[in-house]
Amino acid sequence: MRARSEAAAQTTPETAETDSWPDDIFAILQRFDVRQVPYVPDAGHSQLIERVLATPAMRAVPLTTEEEGVALLAGAWAGGQRGVLLMQSSGVGNCVNMLSLTQVFRFPFLTLVTMRGEWGEFNPWQVPMGSSTAGVFELCGIKVLRASHAGEVAEVVEAAAGQVYNACTSTAVLLSQRLIGAKVFTK
Amino acid sequence: MNKPNLLDRRNVVASLLAGRKDAVVVGGLGASTYDIAAAGDHDRNFYLWGAMGGAVMIGLGVALAQPKLPVVVITGDGEMLMGMGSLATVGLQKPSNLTIVVLDNEVYGETGGQASHTASVADLVGVARACGISDARALSTMAEIEVYARSIQDVASGPRFASIKIDSANLERVLSSRDGQYTVTRIRGALGFAPI
Repeated sequence: MRARSEAAAQTTPETAETDSWPDDIFAILQRFDVRQVPYVPDAGHSQLIERVLATPAMRAVPLTTEEEGVALLAGAWAGGQRGVLLMQSSGVGNCVNMLSLTQVFRFPFLTLVTMRGEWGEFNPWQVPMGSSTAGVFELCGIKVLRASHAGEVAEVVEAAAGQVYNACTSTAVLLSQRLIGAKVFTK
Repeated sequence: MNKPNLLDRRNVVASLLAGRKDAVVVGGLGASTYDIAAAGDHDRNFYLWGAMGGAVMIGLGVALAQPKLPVVVITGDGEMLMGMGSLATVGLQKPSNLTIVVLDNEVYGETGGQASHTASVADLVGVARACGISDARALSTMAEIEVYARSIQDVASGPRFASIKIDSANLERVLSSRDGQYTVTRIRGALGFAPI
């Protein structure tokens, strides 16, 4: 089982190759002309967030709660821009009522969710929401795709972005804890 | 709560929007959306019938996408209280073309007039200022509102926030379209974006 690095800078040499998947995601977001990137931070998204913050053509928007990001992306679409919401699985429950907007407006909603509460989880408080993340999305009318290995991330995110931006089919990509590594708690 | 000399919400919104030009106007669910509809339907009106707590963030999304257009969010105190964190998000982004106006009647008017937190303890102007929106003020006369309406057109000096204490009387509903796809597609069309 892989351990999650606390920050991209701490990535060990033997995992450096597999951690190119955040760069794969970034390249896809650039190619689809994604302009607004709201997020609540997660260690699993830290590398991607750094890439977005360093890119003038993209607007990184830190949020106080994840539901803000759903509303932001609805406004962005009305104003002519595409976006993507980055969050952790525990934030998905915070979005539930606001996800109504994806059906009311039928706007292109893409979210990339780093998973907690599975695959070697240490913290029991993460398990309930992590276990219901996919079900919550499905109940809210959002398609769910999952990537569990570094080699499939690009393919899955590409498919998700395609159906979101070309077909206005709201989609969540779950990035498995098996992919990002379980968080290690040390005293 | 009955207080003398409170402003009429329909007069306030009509005055704010009389010289709106190219502005995109987002209305929070409930009476604020009815006020905007009462001021006249417009293809840049973003009517909300739900998504409570989301009006400011929808406005922020439009404002970041269209930095040369004035974007005005007009919402109520209950809706603003539910999305109070979004004031911190706006304070961080500092969109210079965004104006947030709260029509504060100190009650949840759509649900029977229960008191909101602004009736006693919550100071939304103070919250906005503490979140980094330095132009945060209370407006209390129609003369002030006429001046403020002109400042909305200045897309270089926001974000700005105003709270206006209004009369809590329930007025006749003026119903806008409640079809979200129609509303968004119409705004996108007005801004030059074709359907997919």
